[in-house]
Amino acid sequence: MKSALLRYLPLLLLALLWEALARSNIVDSLALPPLSKVAVAWVGLIRDGDLVDNGAVSLYRLYAGLGLAIVIGGGLGIAMARWRTLDVFVNPLVQLFYPLPKSALIPVTVIWLGFGDGSKILLIFLGCMIPVTIGAYNGARGSEQVLVWSARSMGASRLRMMWDVVMPSALPELLNGIRTALALAFILMVSSELIAAQQGFGYLIGYLGSTGAYEAMYAVVLTVALLGFANDRIYQALMQWLLRWRE
Amino acid sequence: MARIEDQASLGLAEAELTQAAARRLDRAFRGGAAVFSILMLLVVWELIARSGRVTMFMLPPFTVVAKYIFNDAVSGVLWTNLAVTLYRAMVGFFIAAIGGILLATLMSRVRLIRWFFDPIISVGFPMPKIAFLPVIILWLGVYDVSKICIVVFDSIFPVLTATLAGIATVEKELLWSARNMGANERELTWQVILPAASPQILTGLQVALPIALIVEIVAEMVMGGYGLGGAMMTASRFANSAGVFAGLVEIAVVGFVLIKAMAMLRRRLLVWHQEAAEPTTT
Repeated sequence: MKSALLRYLPLLLLALLWEALARSNIVDSLALPPLSKVAVAWVGLIRDGDLVDNGAVSLYRLYAGLGLAIVIGGGLGIAMARWRTLDVFVNPLVQLFYPLPKSALIPVTVIWLGFGDGSKILLIFLGCMIPVTIGAYNGARGSEQVLVWSARSMGASRLRMMWDVVMPSALPELLNGIRTALALAFILMVSSELIAAQQGFGYLIGYLGSTGAYEAMYAVVLTVALLGFANDRIYQALMQWLLRWRE
Repeated sequence: MARIEDQASLGLAEAELTQAAARRLDRAFRGGAAVFSILMLLVVWELIARSGRVTMFMLPPFTVVAKYIFNDAVSGVLWTNLAVTLYRAMVGFFIAAIGGILLATLMSRVRLIRWFFDPIISVGFPMPKIAFLPVIILWLGVYDVSKICIVVFDSIFPVLTATLAGIATVEKELLWSARNMGANERELTWQVILPAASPQILTGLQVALPIALIVEIVAEMVMGGYGLGGAMMTASRFANSAGVFAGLVEIAVVGFVLIKAMAMLRRRLLVWHQEAAEPTTT
């Protein structure tokens, strides 16, 4: 307990420094409102329901896009690793789109699906699919051929073998790919909502900023940042639990 | 006897030759398939766009987009936007790279600095730092400085964590022998620790570079102005969908070239190390 306190003391110090800087007249209190006022604004946003409503929309887009990317990207990656023809023709396209800065897709998805949920889900799906595909591909390619042969000789059907042999050996790299995708999903969610949306965390941040409600804006920014952090921590715990058989 | 051995070695050489030929053939086949796939993508794009099932606004044909890019290149608009985007993304990336390596080195040597920054990095790394963009605009305005700032803020974290991890795994024997031979702390850092950690540091830079590009494009889209992302946003406001798709193609090419160049640089710098190849996952 005491060591944890010592470990996280710097964060507390930063918070205190923020409060002190904002309360003194060194910096403009509009540009940096005191942390205590940000907390008050946060409670206000929760009471109004603004934060919860917009947050629910954002998280729905995030998990829908990411979920699609995991199912389709993971399936594609494993299929590419097992089926050479697919690998030869699809892998160049994966390599082509891998270095694309995914944020360039934001205006394109808006042209296709407008300002609502659809364009955000499509964007997050497209952006997250590549890291998941590459993770699944590398993982499944690493699965030992001997295991595959013995499973087949013991009469496992193709599908059964995929599920029991290829999936578990692809899992560590696949899960790593999904972790990258999770971080990317948060970036794309916030960015696309900042640029073109009528709902969501990013929209709320932009709206509050443009009306000069900076205390509330800071409250939403910190909420998104902490949600991203919490999601990564929870995912890491899940990953460890899923890979517990590896020891 | 000698003739049999000769023949045996000849057979072996022949086998090697055919193996090399098979490998070359395989590579040629894969290369051909890659070109075919990419051409097919463009052909399918063109066909769908011209089929009449989608409007010109939803998907302008590839040839129209290519012509748009060509016109921009001739008039010079393309080069201005490209230069502005590259300048901000690269300045931000280099500040993040140098700052990240220096701070991580300092952290590994001074315990107080390590204590202070450790929790900040472990909390800050997984945060979507792009959410702070409006705050940075509030502080620094909508010009180059704030764009470079958000790029640095976002891409410094992978450099920091990779450098810290690299320094932590330097073999103790290397440090002992360098100390034994009379290296002082400064020599130890610059001539032993950092070179030994360089594979991980380069991996960190390879993670940071795409982030720098993504964030630079978002910053341009939010703040407007010159740059490839800014031009895309302007085109989108005027419902100029050829301009939007031209921007997508241009940005894709920039990303492709920069990231391939980074991978090549890694191979060059690490020829002496067994980890010269690219990391398998990112």
